Amino acid sequence: MQFDKPATTNPIDQMKVVGRPIHRIDGELKTTGRAMYAYEWHDPQMPYVYGYPVGAAIAKGHVTAIDTSAAQTSPGVLGIVTTLDVGDLTKGKLNTAKLFGGSEVQHYHQAIAVVVAETFEQARAAASLLKIDYVAEPGVFDLKQAMINAVKPDEASEPDTAIGDFDNAFKNAAVTVDETYTTPDQSHSMMEPHASIAAWDGEDLTVWTSSQMIDWWRTDLAITLGIDKQKVHLMSPFIGGGFGGKLFLRADAVLAAFAAKSVGRPVKVALPRPMIPNNTTHRPATIQRIRIGAGQDGKISAIGHESWSGDLPGGGPETAVMQTRLLYAGSNRMTAMRLATLDLPEGNAMRAPGEAPGLMALEIAIDEMAEKLGMDPIEFRILNDTQVDPENPERPFSYRDLSGCLKLGAERFGWAERGRPATRQQDGWLIGMGVAAAFRNNLVMPSGARVRLGPDGIVTVETDMTDIGTGSYTIIAQTAAEMMGVGIDKVAVQLGDSRFPVSAGSGGQFGANSATSGVYAACVKLREAVAAKLGFNSVDVIFEEGGVRSGNRFVSLAEAAGPDGVVGEDTMEWGDLTNTHQQSTFGGHFVEVAVDIATGETRIRRMLAVCAAGRILNPITARSQVIGAMTMGAGGALSEELAVDTRLGFFVNHDLASYEVPVHADIPHQEVIFMDELDPYSSPMKAKGIGELGLCGVSAAIANAIYNATGVRLRHYPMTLDKLIGYLPEVA
Amino acid sequence: MRAFTYERASSVEAAAKAAASNRDAKFIAGGTNLLDLMKLEIETPTHLIDVNGLGLDRIEKTPEGGLRIGALVRNTDLAAHDAIRKDYSLLTRALVAGASGQLRNKATTAGNLLQRTRCPYFYDPNQPCNKRRPGSGCSAIGGITRQLAVVGTSKDCLATHPSDMAVAMRVLDAVVETVRSDGSSRSIPIAEFYRLPADTPHIETELEAGEFITAVVLPAPIGGKHIYRKVRDRASYAFALVSIGAVIQEDGAGRVAVGGVAHKPWRMEAADMELANGAHAVSAALMADARPTEQNRFKIDLVRRTLGAVLNQARS
Ligand SMILES: Cc1cc2nc3c(=O)[nH]c(=O)nc-3n(C[C@H](O)[C@H](O)[C@H](O)COP(=O)(O)OP(=O)(O)OC[C@H]3O[C@@H](n4cnc5c(N)ncnc54)[C@H](O)[C@@H]3O)c2cc1C
Ligand code: SF4
Repeated sequence: MQFDKPATTNPIDQMKVVGRPIHRIDGELKTTGRAMYAYEWHDPQMPYVYGYPVGAAIAKGHVTAIDTSAAQTSPGVLGIVTTLDVGDLTKGKLNTAKLFGGSEVQHYHQAIAVVVAETFEQARAAASLLKIDYVAEPGVFDLKQAMINAVKPDEASEPDTAIGDFDNAFKNAAVTVDETYTTPDQSHSMMEPHASIAAWDGEDLTVWTSSQMIDWWRTDLAITLGIDKQKVHLMSPFIGGGFGGKLFLRADAVLAAFAAKSVGRPVKVALPRPMIPNNTTHRPATIQRIRIGAGQDGKISAIGHESWSGDLPGGGPETAVMQTRLLYAGSNRMTAMRLATLDLPEGNAMRAPGEAPGLMALEIAIDEMAEKLGMDPIEFRILNDTQVDPENPERPFSYRDLSGCLKLGAERFGWAERGRPATRQQDGWLIGMGVAAAFRNNLVMPSGARVRLGPDGIVTVETDMTDIGTGSYTIIAQTAAEMMGVGIDKVAVQLGDSRFPVSAGSGGQFGANSATSGVYAACVKLREAVAAKLGFNSVDVIFEEGGVRSGNRFVSLAEAAGPDGVVGEDTMEWGDLTNTHQQSTFGGHFVEVAVDIATGETRIRRMLAVCAAGRILNPITARSQVIGAMTMGAGGALSEELAVDTRLGFFVNHDLASYEVPVHADIPHQEVIFMDELDPYSSPMKAKGIGELGLCGVSAAIANAIYNATGVRLRHYPMTLDKLIGYLPEVA
Repeated sequence: MRAFTYERASSVEAAAKAAASNRDAKFIAGGTNLLDLMKLEIETPTHLIDVNGLGLDRIEKTPEGGLRIGALVRNTDLAAHDAIRKDYSLLTRALVAGASGQLRNKATTAGNLLQRTRCPYFYDPNQPCNKRRPGSGCSAIGGITRQLAVVGTSKDCLATHPSDMAVAMRVLDAVVETVRSDGSSRSIPIAEFYRLPADTPHIETELEAGEFITAVVLPAPIGGKHIYRKVRDRASYAFALVSIGAVIQEDGAGRVAVGGVAHKPWRMEAADMELANGAHAVSAALMADARPTEQNRFKIDLVRRTLGAVLNQARS
């Protein structure tokens, strides 16, 4: 199906199942431990053995020799595959750093060997017996220093934009802000480590893994192994979080495949937690300069955003300026991205790539500007709101209610109580409120599904879509139930298997809207097939109450299915509505913090997010996406930072004891409000992404609340107490 | 993790003897620190002597009016004990500020005293570390040092001792009771128990090889207001950037020890004498010889400010 005209009324609008607060249908499997995650697959007939990965101990250079003799004779060892044994491999299309193979070391903890043994413990013990010789080479690890050598990245990323005359407008603006902000490298830190089991049957390879994107992994695994994609069967039905860290093929799958081949048995490989931050990808650090100019009336006349980030050769920039092209009006604009070469691990997508770090900076700058103008920051944002793409006023937003989100949020949060900076104090705490706009583009991806109607009347959906904890199983079941006129208990959903039609996968907050649209398309096909089979005119058939109605005829779905069942399969493809109309999601984040006047510790007291993202397919799963994202934003604001040792070239705090994600005690009451809206330009679902919007702007709202509490403007994340205490009043 | 053999000790003497007969043996109590370190091969004992079954899990009154805490008393039980809560609430407060509920259920009194540093380079076996591999060098110096020590450091090591409980024990002048591998016993005041890194950062306490801790003794209660203030980046489940343990009497006199700043709980009796002169004076005395790095210089300020808050709280 091609979606190239705004959606009109369709069966989804009935909202009998879609839009209902239905608990996740895989919840029971998860809470009872029966949902099988990659490493847990266990068929008693399969003689699994265990592979333990070894990462490079240097940041850059070459492995010159690996002496495996001691490890070979260690108890239980079945085989060892080293990066020198396998030689250079073809890199996956979507990988920047190679995952395995060849002597070159591009970054710390890059995989260089896997040791296979009968038990996990034996494999781990033997792995430390490898004697590895390196020739280290100097590398560049410090973004601040590398910044001067940064270059303009690939034109495809639109590194430079300019509208009007920014320089002149900024120079002549009555009020200006010109500040530099930094965001650190961040680690996805998902609960489930990367893990794979590989089993060969002759030339055929089966891999159970933890992947957000089945087809991307399958393609790149086949390329890396140099085999036909058709020979690879990949399964990833349950995923313990990804946040972008499992978008692209990872080393565990490659190592498991090589190890399984070498020992002739199925092999399990999980990345040990301390290896994950340096072995896998991370959100790259940025240095961002923002300049805003406005008249005394508060109207923005000039807005400029420049961002520097780094990556390995062949990598791309963190697109931190993207939202600035679309978020606020102003006729003179510029953005620029520059990319430095760094020999740190691969920088790549982490939840809301671009917008998350971009808004961390932009939404502080906006707060600073409002402050300078003596305006309320919400008023300032509303004044500069736009209904059209500011770079191209001919191009409207499909639906945009940023101002509505901010107004409603202000009312619900009690924004009027906010005082001047550093004026509220209570029991040794400085109290403050902050706000930020949330903004994230709505992306769509082609997405396929197959829907079977069985003789028992059960509707079974099959798609390679993944559920990374987000609720895909549930919203897909809701979609199929709505389309076929059955209750959700009559729908079975099977996901994450490369034998199923290729879907959007999970990432870029495109999963829910795209994948349910694919299911919609397949259901349309199935409805047509059922109608045709019954000889009904497909124009006036109604699917409801577990059957098909046409005029006064009613046939149950079970009966309609017949002994062989009926199948519908289709892929949703997207026309150019994303070009003619800018599709984005919007919101407002409100935060109240307390800062300990003595120690500078910031603790969050209240959080509210108001989100506008089209139709909310399921308020329960949508809410958990948003509160999870708000939690991630709290970590990003207050504690998360991969500490770069700029001499040795690696992230030093590479475990969860030292990379501090928020714990329960850090997260107070969180409230989420969804605007009641539909966006017919986005898809037949009239829904948009929500999974990343909840993160966009949170950290800046916290930063702005710290400013309101203390009167101290911090511009460098994370906003830890050491950056604050020098400016706080003496206590004794 | 290297392969190891394992035995359950049947008595204190047997445990000490077993340790004496194998230089590469280690006692295991809760295992919450030792096992993590063994998995990373930072600790590589060839033999483990499990001391959980020795009946050292009681808290008893001493003839001097204090308490003898068995070495195997769990952190949770110690924190919840009536007499501790009543007369040594500093200890309860310090304990519950540490780790998590699950960890405290396993962690023991002796194990907590002997937990090892959280220096990130100590935890990465690829990197030189004098504490992990004597003589290999210190990767932290010139590197990431935000969490590390500011006083009592050496050119060979900047590590801190991460225990919260030990800070309280130092304020309370606890005494560590041990049995040596030759069967003899001794008492070591906590003030003398920990060493500074100097040029042997791998030697952290006065304990001899195989020496076994049987109990920690608290002297008779000293009254006063008991305050433990732990400062950290997240609200729970994080090690202290700085912590202050204090017992302050009504007249303003008292005792103060600082955690998160040195290779041991940092207390100076001379600094205690400055209490009447306020937080600035006390912290100036405590931090007089501090040699912070660029990244952890803030700890000096933080000690003074936190101490100020603690003294305010004591007065209120
Ligand atoms: C995630 C995490 C967070 C933590 N956070 C904190 C925190 O915030 N604050 C804090 O203070 N601590 C914290 N801890 C550390 C925790 O307190 C220690 O791991 C625990 O106290 C160690 O006690 P254990 O009985 O498990 O010791 P074990 O691991 O069994 O032993 C530790 C050491 O003591 C030796 N030992 C044990 N008993 C004896 C004995 N009787 N005689 C001689 N030697 C002995 C062992 O040989 C070993 O070398 C944390 C730990 C973890 C894992
Ligand atoms: S500070 Fe101490 S523990 Fe850390 S690397 Fe240096 S020697 Fe090792």
